[in-house]
Amino acid sequence: MASTTIPEAPAENGTPGPGRARRARPRGRPKLSRAALPYILLAPAILLELLVHIIPMIVGIVMSFLKLTQFHIRHWTSAPGAGFDNYRLAVDFDGPIGRQLLDSFWVTVMFTVLVVGISWFLGMAGAILMQGAFRGRGILRALFLVPYALPVYTGVITFGFMFQRDTGLVNHVLVDQLHLMSDRPFWLIGGNSFWAMVVTAVWRTWPFAFLCLMAALQNIPRDVYEAAALDGAGVWQQIRRITLPMAAPVNRVVVLVLFLWTFNDFNTPYVLFGKSAPEEADLISIHIYQNSFVTWNFGTGSAMSVLLLLFLMAVTAVYLAFVRRKEKSDA
Amino acid sequence: MRVRRVVPALALTLSAFALAACGSSGDESESGASGTPKPGSTITYWASNQGTSIEHDKQVLQPELDKFTQKTGIKVDLEVVPWSDLLNRILAATSSGKGPDVLNIGNTWSASLQATGAFVPVDDGLLAKVGGKDRFLPTPYAATGAEGKPPVGLPIYSAGYGLYYNKKMFAAAGLKPPATWEEMAETGKKLTGDGRWGLALEGASYTEGVHNAYILAKQYGADVFTKDGKPDFTSPGMVQGVKRYVELMSKDKIVNPSNAEYGQGTQALKDFATGKSAMLMWQASQGSLVSNGMNPDDIGVAPVPFPAAPPAGAPHVNSMVGGINISVFKDSDNKAGAAEFVAFMTSAEEQTILNKAYGSLPSVKDAYGDPAFQTENVKVFQKILAETATPMPQVAAESQFETLVGTAVKDLIADAASGKAVTDESVKSRLKEAQDKMAAAG
Amino acid sequence: MLEPHWFRWVRRVGLTFLTVFAMVPVYVMVTSALKPLPDVQDGFRWWPSRVTFQPFVDIWDTVPLADYFVNSLIVSTAATVCSVTIAVFAAYTISRHSFRGRRVFSVTVLSTQMFPGILFLLPLFLLFVNIGNATGVELYGSRLGLIVTYLTFSLPFAIWMLVGYFDSIPRDLDEAALVDGNGPIGALLRVVVPAASPGIVAVAVYAFMTAWGEVLFASVMTDESTRTLAVGLQGYSTQNNVYWNQVMAASLVVSVPVVAGFLFLQRYLVAGLTAGAVK
Repeated sequence: MASTTIPEAPAENGTPGPGRARRARPRGRPKLSRAALPYILLAPAILLELLVHIIPMIVGIVMSFLKLTQFHIRHWTSAPGAGFDNYRLAVDFDGPIGRQLLDSFWVTVMFTVLVVGISWFLGMAGAILMQGAFRGRGILRALFLVPYALPVYTGVITFGFMFQRDTGLVNHVLVDQLHLMSDRPFWLIGGNSFWAMVVTAVWRTWPFAFLCLMAALQNIPRDVYEAAALDGAGVWQQIRRITLPMAAPVNRVVVLVLFLWTFNDFNTPYVLFGKSAPEEADLISIHIYQNSFVTWNFGTGSAMSVLLLLFLMAVTAVYLAFVRRKEKSDA
Repeated sequence: MRVRRVVPALALTLSAFALAACGSSGDESESGASGTPKPGSTITYWASNQGTSIEHDKQVLQPELDKFTQKTGIKVDLEVVPWSDLLNRILAATSSGKGPDVLNIGNTWSASLQATGAFVPVDDGLLAKVGGKDRFLPTPYAATGAEGKPPVGLPIYSAGYGLYYNKKMFAAAGLKPPATWEEMAETGKKLTGDGRWGLALEGASYTEGVHNAYILAKQYGADVFTKDGKPDFTSPGMVQGVKRYVELMSKDKIVNPSNAEYGQGTQALKDFATGKSAMLMWQASQGSLVSNGMNPDDIGVAPVPFPAAPPAGAPHVNSMVGGINISVFKDSDNKAGAAEFVAFMTSAEEQTILNKAYGSLPSVKDAYGDPAFQTENVKVFQKILAETATPMPQVAAESQFETLVGTAVKDLIADAASGKAVTDESVKSRLKEAQDKMAAAG
Repeated sequence: MLEPHWFRWVRRVGLTFLTVFAMVPVYVMVTSALKPLPDVQDGFRWWPSRVTFQPFVDIWDTVPLADYFVNSLIVSTAATVCSVTIAVFAAYTISRHSFRGRRVFSVTVLSTQMFPGILFLLPLFLLFVNIGNATGVELYGSRLGLIVTYLTFSLPFAIWMLVGYFDSIPRDLDEAALVDGNGPIGALLRVVVPAASPGIVAVAVYAFMTAWGEVLFASVMTDESTRTLAVGLQGYSTQNNVYWNQVMAASLVVSVPVVAGFLFLQRYLVAGLTAGAVK
C-alpha cells in the first residue's frame, strides 16, 4: 500500500537563490539544514506516533509476558514474569480460555468476510448506479453518506433500539405488519444477534466503500465506455471489462482498509450489546476487552492482543504481496 | 558524522514538538486543578451514581459536603462517576496512583480491590473515629473485605433483595405473596395473562444473574467456593439453584421471554412499575418505582421465596448483601482529611439524610430511629438484611466470578427465551465452562 | 456508461433499496425524538401519537450535555487542526524529499492502523500518567491528552492520503515557487497547500469524525470535567429509566454538526479521494 503511492524521489533540484530569498533558511550551514529539513518536518509526526502508538504497543507486548492481575496492577512494573504462560493459555484450544478465543476468532472472521463483502458490493453497486446525470443525484449521494457521517455510537444505539424484541421496528415490521413470523424473534441475544451486528456494521461501512469507489469511477473517461459501446459491449460487459479493472487500484486499498477496520471493530458490539456480548456475536476486540478490563487480567488480555496483531500483520503482508504480484502481472 | 547530523535534528525536533504542544496548551489549565488536592485543605471524592441521575446525586450530596466543609474547613471536590465508568476509573486510579482521596465502591468488589493493595485498610484508629464497628449492621460490615483481613471500607448505603409485589393485583386475585418457589410458580401463573406476567427479571444483566444465582445456589446447599477459595460451580446444589432461577422462565413460564434482553438494569423495574408484571425481585427502590409512575399504595414487599424443602444444612438465606462502601485511596496525600470525611459520611445524621434521599438502608444501627425507616416496606428490607442476607463471596477473584457465572446465567436465560431446553446438563455445562475459565485464569 | 432502457429500472430499484437501508435508522431517530415517553416504551409506532419537542428540552437537564458538547468540540477541533498541520508537513516531506528512513517511516506509520486499540489503551494511559508525574504536563484526564491521542489516530490515514495528493501536484509548481525565492516551506504553504486544498479538507473531515465518535479511549481517559459526548450519551440509559426519546433526541443533536459539515464538504471529499487515495 505504501509503496504504491510513494513516488520516485525527486532529483536534487531547485537550489533557491539565497540572495533573493526573503526567508532564506539555508544561510549559515546550508548543507546541514537541507539534510535535516525532512526530519524536522517529520519530527512532530514521528514523536506523536512514538508517544501514542509505538511505545505503548511495546509496553503492551511487555505486559503480555507478565502475570498482570489485580494483585500486581498497582505496581505493574514489578509484576512477576509469566514467560509464555499467557500465550500458552490463549492458544491452548483444549482449555476453556483458548477454546473461547478460537470461537471468538471464527466469529470475527465470519463477521469480517460478510461485512467487507456486502459493504463492498453495496458500495460498488451504488457507485455504478450513481454514474451519469439524473435528477436528484446530489441529494441521493448526500443521503447515502449520512450513515458514515453519523457518529458511530448514535447510529449503533439506534439500531439497538430498532432490534429490541417488543418495542423495536424490526419485529414490528416482520411480525405485526408483514406477519412473516408468529413468534417475535430475539435480535440482541442468541444466534440472531450475529446478524443484527452484521446489518448494523454494513449499514455504517458501505458508504465509505461507496464514497471511494464513486470517486474512482468518476475518473474513468467517458469515451472509454463509448468506444466499448460502439464495439457492441452491453452494460454487463462494460462493467466487467472497464469499470471493475479500472477501479481495481482503489478496490485493493478499500478492501484492505475495510478489513482492518472491521476486524478491529469494537464500537459496534460494545454499543449494541454492552460489556459482554452474546457468544454468537463475541467479536475478538470485545472478547479481549472483557478478558482484560472486566476481569483485570491484563497479562492474558495483552497476549491475546499481540496474537491478534500478528494475525493482522500476516494477513496484510500476504495481501500486499498478492496485490503487488498481480500489479506486476497486469503491467 | 551521522551523529553530528542527528543531534541538532533531535534538538529541533523536540522544540518543534514543544511548539506543537503549545497549540493546545490553553486546555490543560482547567482540567489540571482536579488532579492534585492541596494537603490539609481539599479532598477529592468519587461518588457512585445512587440517585435517578448524576445531576440528582449532585443535588443530594452538595449540601452535605458544604456542611462538612463548614464543620472541618476541608473542602470536598465531588465527582459523581456513572456505574459504567466506575470500575475502569478505579482501575486507572489503582494502576497509576492518580485518583481520588475517598471513593465509593460496590461492596461486592471489596475483596477484589482489597487484593490490589490500593486502599487504606480500616484500622483501630479509624474505627474509633467512626464510633466502633458495633455501630454497623453486621451483614453489611461483613461485605468489606476477605475474612481475617482488615476491611478496606465502611458500608454507607445498604440494600437487600426483596420480592416486590403489586398489592392491587394480588388483592384482585385474592392472593398473598409466595413464600416458597413452588408457591411462586403457582402464584405467578395465576397472575400471568392478558399481556401481564407474573414476574419480571433483568435477564441480560450479568450482575442480576450472578446475585440471584448465588443466593439460590446457597439455598440449595451449594458452597460455591471451597474452603481454600477454589471455584466449585458444578455441585448439585449450584446446578439446582441456577436451574431453579432459569426455570422461572423456561418451566414456570411466569416471566416474559422478552426479559432475556433486559440488560440496562432498569427495564424489569419499569415493567413492574407500569403494571406489566405483578412481581419483581429487586433491591430497595421505592423512589424509582414511584418516579416510573407507580402508586405508592400498590407497592408491597415480601421476602424472596425459599425452597419448600431445602437440603439439610443449607443456610436460611434469601438475599445477598447489597450496598456501597466508602474507602480511602492509599495514594491520597490527605489521609487525615479523608478519614474525617469517612467519619462524617457514616455519622447517624448523614446516614439518615442520604439513605432517605436515595431510598437505601442505613448501614448504622443508630440511624434507624428516623420515621422514614419505620415504614412497613423498609422494615421488611431491614429484617432481610439483618437476618437472611449473606455477603457475596469475599474472594479476590470475585469480579471474575461475577462476570463468568453472571454471563453463564445470562446465556441460560437467553436459551430459555428462545425455547431451548434448560436441563441439568445444560446448566452444568455452562457452569463448568465458567469454572474452567476461572481456574485457568487463576 | 451508455445505458439501455432497462438499466434505468435497475437503477431505480437499486437506489431505492439503498436509500431505504440508509435512511430507516435516521427516520427512527428523528421520529422517536419527537415522541412522548410512553410511545417509545410500549411497542413501536411509525409516527408519534403526539408530536412533542419536550425531549429536546429535557436532554440538557438529564445529563450535562452542553458541557460534553463543548468538550467534544474543543477536543475534536484541536485534534483536527493539529493532525492536518502535522500531516501536511509529513506528507510533503515524503512526497518531495528523499531521505534516509523514508520507507521505514511510511510503513511504520501505516501499520499503526492495524494496532488493536485494546492492546495499547492501558499502556498509553500509564504513559500519560508517568509523563504527568515527570513533567507536570497533565495528559491523563485532560483535554490535551485526548487531543494528542485522537490526532495520532487520524494521522496515518491523513499522511497517506496527502502523500497521494501531493504526488499528483506537478513538481514544476513548487519548483517555480522555489525559483521565485521561496524556501521549501514557502513553496509548500503558498503553492502546494492551496493546490491540495480539497485533499486537505477531506483529511480534516476524516480527522474530525474520528475524534468526534471515539468511545473506548474516552471512557478511560476523561473525568467529569473533560467527558466527551461519546461517553456522556451513555448517561441516558444508565439511570433508573431508559429515556429512548431523549437518547434519540440527544443522538440527533450531537450528529447534526458532523453530518451537516460532512455533507457540506462532501464534494471536496470526493475530489480529495479522487486525487489522493485513488491514485
